[in-house]
Amino acid sequence: MNRDLYNQRIIEAARRAREQQPLDAPDIRVTRDNPLCGDRITLDLQLEDGRIAAIGHRTRGCLLTEAAAAILAERGRDATLQTLRRVRDDLARLLAGEMVEPVWPELAVFRPVAEVKSRHECVLLPFDAALDALSRAARETS
Amino acid sequence: MSLDVAGLRRSFPIFSRIPPPFHYLDNAATGQICAAAAEALTGFEMAGRANVKRGVYRLADRATQAFAEARGRIARYLGANRPEEVILTTGTTFGLNLAAHVLEERLGPGDTILISRLEHHSNIVPWQMLARRRGARLRALGVTADGRLDLADLDNGIDRSTRIVALTHCSNVTGAVTDLAPVAERARAVGALLVVDGAQRVPHGPLEVSGLGCDIYALSGHKMFGATGAGALWVRWELLETLPPFLGGGEMIRRVRIEDTRYAPPPHRFEAGTPPIGPAIAMGAAAEWLSGLDWQAIAAHEKSLTSRLLTGLETLPGVRICGPRDLQARFGVVAFEVEGVHAHDVCQMLDAFGVCTRGGHHCAQPLMEVFGTVATVRASLAPYNDAADVDALLEGLEQVIRTLR
Repeated sequence: MNRDLYNQRIIEAARRAREQQPLDAPDIRVTRDNPLCGDRITLDLQLEDGRIAAIGHRTRGCLLTEAAAAILAERGRDATLQTLRRVRDDLARLLAGEMVEPVWPELAVFRPVAEVKSRHECVLLPFDAALDALSRAARETS
Repeated sequence: MSLDVAGLRRSFPIFSRIPPPFHYLDNAATGQICAAAAEALTGFEMAGRANVKRGVYRLADRATQAFAEARGRIARYLGANRPEEVILTTGTTFGLNLAAHVLEERLGPGDTILISRLEHHSNIVPWQMLARRRGARLRALGVTADGRLDLADLDNGIDRSTRIVALTHCSNVTGAVTDLAPVAERARAVGALLVVDGAQRVPHGPLEVSGLGCDIYALSGHKMFGATGAGALWVRWELLETLPPFLGGGEMIRRVRIEDTRYAPPPHRFEAGTPPIGPAIAMGAAAEWLSGLDWQAIAAHEKSLTSRLLTGLETLPGVRICGPRDLQARFGVVAFEVEGVHAHDVCQMLDAFGVCTRGGHHCAQPLMEVFGTVATVRASLAPYNDAADVDALLEGLEQVIRTLR
C-alpha cells in the first residue's frame, strides 16, 4: 500500500510543486494549515470574470500536499467556483474509496490514499484553500 | 542482571496478536496495555460493573473498593504521602485544565504564569486561557539548542510577579528530563506554585513525587501501560485542602440545598460525576504491575537502546536529531528530521516495514519553531522494545532516504 502511495507520479508532481512560485500581484491570497502536522499552503489567485486566470502557491508540506498543489496549479486555470467544487467533491469521493472517475483525471493518482484516512486532509488541503479563495472572491464581488 | 525483554513482551497482549513485522515505537503517544491492566479493565466491565461511591449492594461495594484501591496503587507508584492527594481524572490534559481552573482565584492582573517552549500544548493552552481570564501575563522559559529547558533563563523567568510555574518533567519531543530542584527552589522563594506535566515521565518507573518540590503533578494512565480514558492529578495535601472545586455535579458534594452546597473533602471534591471507573482500575493495576518490575535493569536496557538509536541515526545521511544526543538526563524519546523528506512521508513509508513512529509537531509547535521546522519524526521507546525494533527503524530509514530524498 505504501509503495502505491509513493508512486513515481506523485513523487514527480511533488517535485514540480517545489518549482512553482507565488504570484507577484494576486487578486486574492489565502493561507490554510493542516492541524495534523502544521503544514501550510499559501495560495494566490488572479481572477477574470469569476474564473481563475493564474494560480501561484507556496507549499510547505508532505509529498501528498505538494503533489495535490502541483495538480491544482497545473489544471486550475479557467476553473470557476462551481468547477472547483465538483473537482473537490470528486476528490473527496475518491478518497472515500468510491470508484469515481474524477473530472480532472490526474487526481486518480491519489486513489491509494483512500486506505489511509489520516492522510486525506493532506490531499484536500490545496483544494480547500482554493475553494476558500474563490468563495471569498465571490462574496466580495456580490 | 539483564532484562528479560521476551518475558516482558509476553506481559503485553498485543505482541501475540499483531503478526510480525511489528515494531511499536510510538510509546510517547500511547503505551501498549499490559495484561494486568487489560484483565482489570475487562474484569470490571464484564463481572464487576457498578457505579462507585454510592451503592450499598455487594457489587457496587466491590466496585467502590476496587476504585479506592486503584487510587492507592497509583499513589504508591507516585510516592504520594497519602492516597487522598490523588485526584482520578481522564488524563493529563484534563488534569492540567483542572489545575488551571482551581488555581484561578490565586491569580490577578499583573501576575505571571511561567511555562516553557518545551511544553506540550496541554501545558500551554490552559495557562494561556487562564491568563486571559485573569488579565495575567504568560511568559515562557527558553530551550537550549539541544532541546533541554534552559535553566540559565530561570533567573530572568521567575520574579515576584510569578504565581504559577508549569513545566514538563520530560519532553514528549526530545526526551529531555527537567531538573526540577532548582525550579522548585526559585518558585518557592517567590511564593509561586510549581505544576508539573508528568505524562512522559511516569512510564519510566516509580517516583517520589512528594520529594520533587512541586505542588501539582499530572499524568495519564494510557502512557503507563493502562487503558485509555484515565489519568491522575497529584496535589500536595496542604494545597489541595484549600482549593475550590472545578466541575460541579454528583459525587463532589457533602450536602446540596437549592440555596447553596457544601462540598466533599478532597479528592472527591474534584471528581464530579461518574468517573472512568474501568480505566481507573486498569491504571491502578498497571501501576501495581509496574511497581514490581526491576527498574534498574529497565533503565540500563532503555539507555542501551537509546544509544543504539542515536548512534544509528547519526550515521544516516541527511538525518538531523532534534534533541539531546547524549544519554544524560533523558529518556528514549528521539525526534529527528530527514533532510528534504517530510516527516509524514517518512512515517508512512516506515509503516511498510512494520515500524510505527509518529510524525508531526507532536502538539509542541513552539518547540518546532525553536528547531526551525514544522514537523519531525519521533521514535519513542518502552521497556518492551528491543534491538530488533531499533534496527528495523534504521533499516527502514535507509530505504526511505534512498527512495524519497
